[in-house]
Amino acid sequence: MLSNFWHWYVIIITVVTILACFWLLQWTKGISNRDEGEGTGTTGHVWDEDLVELNNPLPRWWLQLFYITIAFSFIYLALFGGFGNYPGVLGWSQENQYNEEMQAANEAQEAIFSRYRQLDNETLITDPEANATGQRLFANNCAMCHGSDARGARGFPSLADDDWLYGNNFDTVMQSITNGRAGMMPVMVGGLDEVAINNLVAYVQSLSGMDVDTAMATQGKASFDMLCIACHGVDGSGNQALGAPRLNDEIWLYGGEAETIRKTVTEGRNGNMPAHKDLLSEDRRRLLAAYVLSLSS
Amino acid sequence: MTYNDKVVRQFVIMTVIWGIVGMLVGVIIAAQLWLPVLNLDIPWLTYGRLRPLHTNAVIFAFGGSGLIGTSLYVVQRTCHVRLISDKLAAFVFWGWQAVILSAVVTLPLGWTQGKEYAELEWPIDILITLVWVAYAVLFFGTIGKRRVSHIYVANWFYGAFILTIAVLHIVNNLSLPVTLGKSYPIYSGAVDAMVQWWYGHNAVGFFLTAGFLGMMYYFVPKQAEGPVYSYRLSIVHFWALIAIYMWAGPHHLHYTALPNWLQSIGMVFSLILLAPSWGGMINGIMTLSGAWHKLRTDPVLKFMIVALSFYGMSTFEGPMMSIKTVNALSHYTDWTIGHVHSGALGWVAMMTIGSLYCLIPRLIGEKKMYSIKAIDIHFWTSTIGVVLYITSMWVAGVMQGLMWRAFNADGTLTYSFIESLVATKPYYIIRLLGGLLFLSGMFFMAWNTWKTLGSKEMKPIPASEPADWGDHA
Repeated sequence: MLSNFWHWYVIIITVVTILACFWLLQWTKGISNRDEGEGTGTTGHVWDEDLVELNNPLPRWWLQLFYITIAFSFIYLALFGGFGNYPGVLGWSQENQYNEEMQAANEAQEAIFSRYRQLDNETLITDPEANATGQRLFANNCAMCHGSDARGARGFPSLADDDWLYGNNFDTVMQSITNGRAGMMPVMVGGLDEVAINNLVAYVQSLSGMDVDTAMATQGKASFDMLCIACHGVDGSGNQALGAPRLNDEIWLYGGEAETIRKTVTEGRNGNMPAHKDLLSEDRRRLLAAYVLSLSS
Repeated sequence: MTYNDKVVRQFVIMTVIWGIVGMLVGVIIAAQLWLPVLNLDIPWLTYGRLRPLHTNAVIFAFGGSGLIGTSLYVVQRTCHVRLISDKLAAFVFWGWQAVILSAVVTLPLGWTQGKEYAELEWPIDILITLVWVAYAVLFFGTIGKRRVSHIYVANWFYGAFILTIAVLHIVNNLSLPVTLGKSYPIYSGAVDAMVQWWYGHNAVGFFLTAGFLGMMYYFVPKQAEGPVYSYRLSIVHFWALIAIYMWAGPHHLHYTALPNWLQSIGMVFSLILLAPSWGGMINGIMTLSGAWHKLRTDPVLKFMIVALSFYGMSTFEGPMMSIKTVNALSHYTDWTIGHVHSGALGWVAMMTIGSLYCLIPRLIGEKKMYSIKAIDIHFWTSTIGVVLYITSMWVAGVMQGLMWRAFNADGTLTYSFIESLVATKPYYIIRLLGGLLFLSGMFFMAWNTWKTLGSKEMKPIPASEPADWGDHA
């Protein structure tokens, strides 16, 4: 809200400027009357040898166009608001427009969502219509990170396979969507030298059956047992309670090349799945969870 | 007394060179939108850094050099005096080139204020201010020394452009420097956005419109060898244009945090702007109306008439796009890019090119460029280029707007963003083709300019004697 001073300031300069245009047109009409004796001859000035000006009257259609826009301005400002704090006669505002459109849309969609609400989680996963809506919600809200086919990208887990960071329980997936996840891999190798880090990397690679230098991997196991098993488990099978990825399969969140694993252990990783509690209604989050689970079941 | 045409010649040549550079960068980023790998994974060549380089190069380097160069030519001819100072003129030229070179270095390095068309960081902003003040002193000082009482209409527009750009530049760039390459604006939130678009839209209104109307008012009657259609119309549309443009900025911020009253005012003033804008078009086209037969033989006039037509078209399109209902569809789409280029290529570039083809031979006391055929080829490549560019962007923009707003019965969007990008790709290719055509014409211009001026020695041209002081008023 404008203060009283600015409220009137806005009104006055707006009205004065528009009226000044009107006055300008009236004033030049005066010039044209005064010049009637001269017809449309030149103004009598010459510049740069040959530059002269005629003084033709303003085209009538152009004048009328000008008047129409001036009249329209006052009508529009009165109807839709524009004179300072005065709301328009129609009571229009972008907030009202948004709320009305949202309300209309919600009412129209209620029939669809009320049916989904009555289905239990297991049925929802197999309901084709629910999955169609879920897929569209996924395309609008999730595909930018997880990919339009839900197969993920580097740093963004694939949701279309059977490997789960936090588990494939319906409530767990709902939890991930609703409150988000912070996947934090800390730097644990501060006490290790270059050789020890290389050995550790080799051991991590060996967990998924990669072809590595056995001597290095054997030496790396000691570091792994000391630094990594608390989260990733003794055999590297991960821990869904913590969101610690399984290391003994061929699925990699950031990549399984030696250089990438090296970067992961020496610099740590921060994965962030944002919370959608305030972005999507519970109905929609349920449909998303069901859709995601339908991809792997 | 002779005219100072050295500075004019310098600016004219740099206009052609910067035109090629700026449009080339435009073509590169247009190609990147089609094939993103063309940034070659080099940070300096990424779209985000080259795009501001493109806009700065075409607006301030190409357009700016064209405006300053022609204004210094026009103000001497229509005041019948030499510029007040050759040293100041040299400072304006070299200072402006220094500004452009700093932009060429700092923008690819990623130094930016993050404000569209005001990206350059504070040390360069200070240099711009110094050069601009020098330019204003040079221009208005020369007006002050004029040998005819009436100030020719072209100078009103050049004058409004110079004064307003000074105010806009200073107000929008007020910021707190932190280091040599980083500063923060003194405004925040919606106020910052409003100041930015007050600046942004007036950069369009006063740099890209008023300045080039000044150019039009001198070179169109000069080339057509006929009188300006209506003195009266020029008065009305001048005052209305400069008064109304100031208010139109909020239409860039429809449906944002900007208060409702301000959005409404921005919209209605943009609509009122239609008539004053068309006043300029009418005066230009009607000035050519006695010379229609010359269009067959004179491609320079063809450039001018097409430029005026594009001016009329974009200044109709602009007010329509400022209507909230239309804006809800067009905003954030490539329609806006098409609109901007119908103004920037169709109006600004074609008027500049036409005016320079009129001016360049006159620097050596002749009336025609070395090759009329080359001008004709340039005209057709430019015209076809613009048409391809804007029609593809219209279609792409309307399509994007419709795709983004389409939603299903369950409330989900019908198309994800990537689907609209995929659908846009063919239009990006057509746009690239249009841009390439427009750029290719500039090489004909460079060759033609070289052939016209290259071998000839410039003899100082004596200032023409005014018919009389002319104190009718």
